Amino acid sequence: MIELSFLLGIPAAGAIALALWGARGDAPEMNAAFSLGTFAAACALTLRVIAHGPQLLWREQFFIDAFNVFLVALTAFVGLTTSLFSRPYMRVEVAHGRLNPGRLRLYHSMYQLFMLTMLTALTTNNMGLLWVAMEGATLSTVLLVTLYRTPQSLEAGWKYFILCGVGIAQALFGTILLYFAAEKVLGAQGVAALEWTRLDAVKSQLEPTVLALAFVFLLVGYGTKAGLAPLHSWLPDAHAEGPTPISAVLSGLLLNVALYAVVRCKVLVEGSVHSALPSRMLMGFGLLSVVLASLLLFRQRDIKRLFAYSSIEHMGLATFAFGLSGPVATFAALLHMTVHSLTKSSIFFTVGHAAQKAGSQLVDDIRGLITLSPTVGWGLMMGTLAILGLPPFGVFASEFLILTTAMRQQPWSIPILLLALGIAFAAIFRRVQPMVFGDTQARRLPHAPALLPVFAHLAIVLLLGLYIPPYLADWYRAAAHLIGGR
Amino acid sequence: MTHVPFNQQLLNACAALMLLLSFAMLSQRRIVSLVNLFAVQGAVLAATTLLLAWRTGAGHLYFSAVLTLALKVAFLPWLLHRLIRRLGVYWDTEPLLEISGTMLAGILIVVFSFGLAEPIAHLASTSMRNAIGIAVAVVLLAFLMMITRRKAMSQVVGFLSMENGLFFAAMSATYGMPMIVELGVALDVLVAVLVLGVFFFQIREQFDSLDLHHLERLSEHQ
Repeated sequence: MIELSFLLGIPAAGAIALALWGARGDAPEMNAAFSLGTFAAACALTLRVIAHGPQLLWREQFFIDAFNVFLVALTAFVGLTTSLFSRPYMRVEVAHGRLNPGRLRLYHSMYQLFMLTMLTALTTNNMGLLWVAMEGATLSTVLLVTLYRTPQSLEAGWKYFILCGVGIAQALFGTILLYFAAEKVLGAQGVAALEWTRLDAVKSQLEPTVLALAFVFLLVGYGTKAGLAPLHSWLPDAHAEGPTPISAVLSGLLLNVALYAVVRCKVLVEGSVHSALPSRMLMGFGLLSVVLASLLLFRQRDIKRLFAYSSIEHMGLATFAFGLSGPVATFAALLHMTVHSLTKSSIFFTVGHAAQKAGSQLVDDIRGLITLSPTVGWGLMMGTLAILGLPPFGVFASEFLILTTAMRQQPWSIPILLLALGIAFAAIFRRVQPMVFGDTQARRLPHAPALLPVFAHLAIVLLLGLYIPPYLADWYRAAAHLIGGR
Repeated sequence: MTHVPFNQQLLNACAALMLLLSFAMLSQRRIVSLVNLFAVQGAVLAATTLLLAWRTGAGHLYFSAVLTLALKVAFLPWLLHRLIRRLGVYWDTEPLLEISGTMLAGILIVVFSFGLAEPIAHLASTSMRNAIGIAVAVVLLAFLMMITRRKAMSQVVGFLSMENGLFFAAMSATYGMPMIVELGVALDVLVAVLVLGVFFFQIREQFDSLDLHHLERLSEHQ
């Protein structure tokens, strides 16, 4: 209980403190300190859940089980490393004159607020509060996407706001339908009829037609935020135009949280409709995202945009795996969410440093990183190889599991998936290779990059590819059992 | 002919008014009038909530009605009018689709909404179950308005009208959502409009206009 108050209290306090403290010299350190506190609280909460099992807290409004506690730990960890990365990165942005102190104040405060909304969305037991927190996550990042006030960033921010706003409105309608169905079974109990644990207990009695309709709206709504095609068009713009630490947390964390919401809804709906409809819809949207993203990857010339499309592809793959159902596929999907989140944020860290050195995000302007800054170059290369699914990295393990399960359950999907993954490989590798190894006349730049987060992430991804510690495997298995059932 | 109680007739009239106002907004190009129509729609929503509260005796509905009145009838229209005056945007430019075409599309949407709401209305036990189709129609008509308008301000009014439709849906299907959720949603709407206010000034600073066709430079080819 005390852990949860710290988990939500620290980022809330951080948002207020950093808004008051402003952009004084040590604001970036304060931001990192608050993130460290949040991470410590997340660790304590995780230990508690491991020791004592699922926790139902604060008048049943918060619920922590094996599924969301691993996402809480992941979110807090990436939140911490990103705050470490943003410390030198944002200082350089201010030195280059792209930001003024006022905007840096906004950035730090909103960063903490964003963490708060994501952690609330993950830990809440109330489907209505989940909606409120998801909308809060959009609102707290809109002004961060437009932080540079360039015409492009304003357009990206507008698109982000409107598309996610409309999407999330669909999810609200889905939530209303869910409440409507629950009220029939649970009676007019007010808040209790929206609690996930109660809904889960009576899910087989919920009206199937209403829940099927609700799932369509919930999937479209939260799916928009998870970047699923065809509602993905906000994602590349928002990733490319915002500051790089925000690209890293949007890609590494927000997409996961949105997918988490979809999966929570799927568990309820599947228990009610007794048909393959929810699974088929997840598989359909997932496959469409994978294919569309891999085709669009070829046209990208902006490095952040390139990796944003890669995020759509990987979220599609995880969604597809959740759609396959069954413990193995769900295990693979959870693993994929973890390794994608770690790898993609480490890639954005290196890309951020590289773009900052080159003064441009265009692939053609960034050359010869290996001579300019060997560590950034190697970090980017390793991250790229990892995200492309090369062994021995963790993405290989999860993709291998997904493909072998798909081969057994839905063999028709294998050629499509393999082709899409192959295209994505070619599209990304041909852009990144000259960036790292190409010739350059540029001088080495003085400021030292923050590389600890990059290599920490890559080391974990490598470890997960080689060897998953038994307690972690048990944990994933417990979560997979919760979601996948059977 | 079966006898319909008076307050039921009032509720039906409110539902019809909601739909009528949605069509009025769809055809209105003066932004000031658009905001006024939005305020009236909010007032109808508040009246519906109040009638339902009186009828069912549910305390939280009174609170919800006051919240709607304060936020959607008073504060948001006031804020939007202020923004319009400060930014000097009074007219929307020619919409992407002719008004008559939009209205025709709107009629099709209403038919579709009633089809969509049929299974839900069938199961609902509330006295307003016939209004669920109207609520879905209000949501989708607001969506149509957002698609066909160019000015950022009209899109925002469309967004807020969509929120009205969703509240109306919750009202007609389940007599409203739990209090804590309604409060959270209201907070989000409020913050959204404040964020947008900041955002408008940023757009204006950059382009000297609130016309969204300026915001079309970001293409896939970059």
